[in-house]
Amino acid sequence: MAQHRQQMSRRSFLRGSGVGAATTVLLDKTLPDFLGDAQAAEDNTAGPGAVPITLDVNGVPCALSVAPSTTLVEALRDALELTGTKLACDRGACSACTVWLDGAPVASCMMLAIDVGARKVTTIEGLAQGDELHPVQSAFIAHDALQCGFCTPGLVMSCAALLEKNPHPTIDEVKAAISGHLCRCGAYPHVIAAALDAARNGKT
Amino acid sequence: MPAETRTQKYPVGIASVSLGEIERRVGEGEAPPLPPNAKLTYIGKPVPRINGRAKVTGRATYTVDVKLSGMLHARLLRSPHPHARVLSIDTKPAARHPGVRAVHVLDAVIGRAVETTGQGAAVSSGRRVLYVGDPVAAVAAVTPQAAQMALDLIKVDYKRLPFVVDIEDARKPDAPLVFDHPVRSEGFGGGQIPNELPQHGNVRGPNTSASRGDAAAGLATADVVVEGEFRTQVQTHSCLEPHAVVADWREDGLTVYMSTQYTAGIRAQLAAAFGLPLGRVRVVVDAMGGGFGSKTGVGNYVLAAVALSRQASAPVRLVLDRHEEQIDSGNRPATVQHLRVGARRDGTLTGVSIDTYGTAGVALGAGVGNFTESIYQCPNFAMAQSDVFINAGPGCAMRAPGNAPGAFAYEQVIDELAGKLDMDPLALRDRIDASPVRREERRVGAERFGWSRRRPPGSDSGPIKRGLGMAQSLWGANVQTNSSCEVRILRDGSVEVLSSVQDIGSGIGTVLAQVVAEELGLRPDDIVVRIGDTDFPAGPPSYGSLTTASITPPARNAAYQALRKLLETVAPSFGTTPENLLARSGGISTVDGRRSIGFREAAAQLPVTQISAVASRSDDYGGFGRKFGDMASARNALGGVQFAEVTVDTETGSVRVERMVAVHDCGRPMNPLQLESQIQGGILQGISYALFEERILDRHTGHMLNPNLEQYKILHSRETPQIEVHILEYYQGNSATDAYGIAEPSNVATAPAVANAVYNAIGVRMRTLPMTPAAILGALGRVPHRS
Repeated sequence: MAQHRQQMSRRSFLRGSGVGAATTVLLDKTLPDFLGDAQAAEDNTAGPGAVPITLDVNGVPCALSVAPSTTLVEALRDALELTGTKLACDRGACSACTVWLDGAPVASCMMLAIDVGARKVTTIEGLAQGDELHPVQSAFIAHDALQCGFCTPGLVMSCAALLEKNPHPTIDEVKAAISGHLCRCGAYPHVIAAALDAARNGKT
Repeated sequence: MPAETRTQKYPVGIASVSLGEIERRVGEGEAPPLPPNAKLTYIGKPVPRINGRAKVTGRATYTVDVKLSGMLHARLLRSPHPHARVLSIDTKPAARHPGVRAVHVLDAVIGRAVETTGQGAAVSSGRRVLYVGDPVAAVAAVTPQAAQMALDLIKVDYKRLPFVVDIEDARKPDAPLVFDHPVRSEGFGGGQIPNELPQHGNVRGPNTSASRGDAAAGLATADVVVEGEFRTQVQTHSCLEPHAVVADWREDGLTVYMSTQYTAGIRAQLAAAFGLPLGRVRVVVDAMGGGFGSKTGVGNYVLAAVALSRQASAPVRLVLDRHEEQIDSGNRPATVQHLRVGARRDGTLTGVSIDTYGTAGVALGAGVGNFTESIYQCPNFAMAQSDVFINAGPGCAMRAPGNAPGAFAYEQVIDELAGKLDMDPLALRDRIDASPVRREERRVGAERFGWSRRRPPGSDSGPIKRGLGMAQSLWGANVQTNSSCEVRILRDGSVEVLSSVQDIGSGIGTVLAQVVAEELGLRPDDIVVRIGDTDFPAGPPSYGSLTTASITPPARNAAYQALRKLLETVAPSFGTTPENLLARSGGISTVDGRRSIGFREAAAQLPVTQISAVASRSDDYGGFGRKFGDMASARNALGGVQFAEVTVDTETGSVRVERMVAVHDCGRPMNPLQLESQIQGGILQGISYALFEERILDRHTGHMLNPNLEQYKILHSRETPQIEVHILEYYQGNSATDAYGIAEPSNVATAPAVANAVYNAIGVRMRTLPMTPAAILGALGRVPHRS
């Protein structure tokens, strides 16, 4: 399915600002000199054209072919049809696209799919154990920690990651863990309550 | 057909104060009076939202997740210039690009003021682009990348024209003209903007239609006059789900999946725009990722997607990116408000005058709503409002349009007046505010908040100063009477509730399940909720805080009428008449409770697979306060009072909101859990408006300098204060549910409450939004004022 054409860099670099475009040009001119060895640079270059990769997503190895410019969120949503992960800003400013990479939350719009390598990707679809919701998911429902719900998958992933690392966080630790997330509906008070509640009631 | 009526008694009053009864004559199809919430099973209870599980597992389907077979991807080409004439467009190279299936040039655009010749006819003199981001052309291709590449191949020859993006520059006599001719308002969601107003240069107005009495004479007799000029900024909606559409044009009709606040309205607009019968247009939205006023009407992107789909004979997906969201998906207009308020020594207002000008870019509607004219009693009131055009993306409704900026100014002037009169701000409002509901809200709020802790302004001696402030809300108790709902009872006992009403995120589907479950004696989980699809009876929009008030009464009445049919079916088996039967606790029983059968058992007696009833919103019992077309307002507006506690660091200029107490009314509260969520959201958006958000335009290029989510600063978790919400149960006997909305009132009072608290902290009044550290330091004289 993925028939993405190779591009010099992410389209948002080209689109976003004059600075971004200028930086791209500069890199293109100086990269081989910087590396000193044109042959080595070529060996490390993916593309042009689609590249075969295997992503370990929610415990399932998925073989797919992506253009080097494809971000992880694009691979998840478009190629693997895992649309639970949301794309809202495409530049790492809102955290809606948060997934886990080896258990650590990352913005999947800021990572190229080809850079994931063997690391395990966990998405919102992979958080529940079958029909049994993760304690954070249950707490989100109980506390109504969402309104439109578009930021919710990302917030759930960050709250769940926090509790894996720190089973008994303080309110400030919860606020810090979700500080990169934008919830335009303003569900933060209920999100914070849900995370604290999940820590109290969740499996530890 | 003469409607039969009957007289019944309804609860009235504030439940926590005292309840009485009122007699109402109601139509035959109306469900019997509901008792107060304390006596109900599901209505008024914190029922978890029905789509919560779908939303926390990522299974909820938003428009951006819709994927149809053969779907193409579209992108819009937008003007890089703030003002230019389009001399020519060459789309041929784009059309030849591999993968491109359709190219569309936007010859006409909507969503902005329309130039006329003076006789009302629209001017057509070649396309001019009026702001950076004005859409020019659109491409649909097999991949988003191919569409984007093809856009770069479209050659547009522009003749650049002089432009202006600063509101003060735009008011100057020699300013470049945004419009050459008089304009009228576009029809989509702009509210009531008079079409006949003077227009000089870029200034259209003033509109003085809200004036009453003699404000000048009233001010002349005042013992005390307070005066001030207030400025509010442009705020962008920044919905997390971008504006998104999948248009699927087929020979037998058009289906549009769209992230919209109003499926039924979009259907009507698309039918009109493409010359299709209503029955050939279907609009669908499942989960919806926020709107806040920006997704009420058809936008140019939707018209383009439909045109591309028609051209390509394939479904077309068009999703705006974040940059496009910031520059061309609507915004809250900026305002400049000059107020003079006169009062007698006892606080009685003798005269109020307000002159405003504001800008909605190339659109109309930068007014201050009805807050200033209606919240306090004053016989002498003069208001003059003008729109100023600039070369910027069109504004549109945003949560409490008009009233939010209006309250920011007026509630600060009233606070200042209280100071001058040496009165407590609450005591002053007790004198000038006729609303008994807000009086109770002030009482409850002051107690919960600890208002008595408030000290004179600037009392702290250290660099960090603490302050307390309060402000009030006002918003119409709005209703759309063109709101219908169907309830079906199926032979296996399942129940469906159907309406085109959409869930913007406030949880109306859950409320519908509660209402129908309550009426049928079932659990909310038993009710299948089908909404967000114009295949169902036309429901109301999700704006203006009118959804709950518009759709819950017909939902209850439809359930009541469907149940009557079921009772008629089963009455013979009880050997009685339907009047002697009740639905409760999952069954049908005799009124005396002696005999009962399960609901399923009862439904199994139906002679057909399904019975159904459709009800539409009837007029308020006792009549509306105002009605125009499908829109109406109850006699009593919605209120609300909010209290804010802030600290201001006078060395860094940073304002921190530490605590908010909010007391609100929305008639009969339907779901306190969801209401609390929505009120918290209204408050947080209000704090964000007060302290952080601002669209910044470069006056030399016309470009937005912060068209993203990192430089356009919005409140996040770390700026979230402790929030306490109290909701009054206020009964008026107005409808089958007596319920109203909360979205807008929860947002109106916040910014002025924070501003009044900031004044109480530092003793300097902040009359400009947002109250950034630079603005605070400037006001304190620590750094030069920014211009």
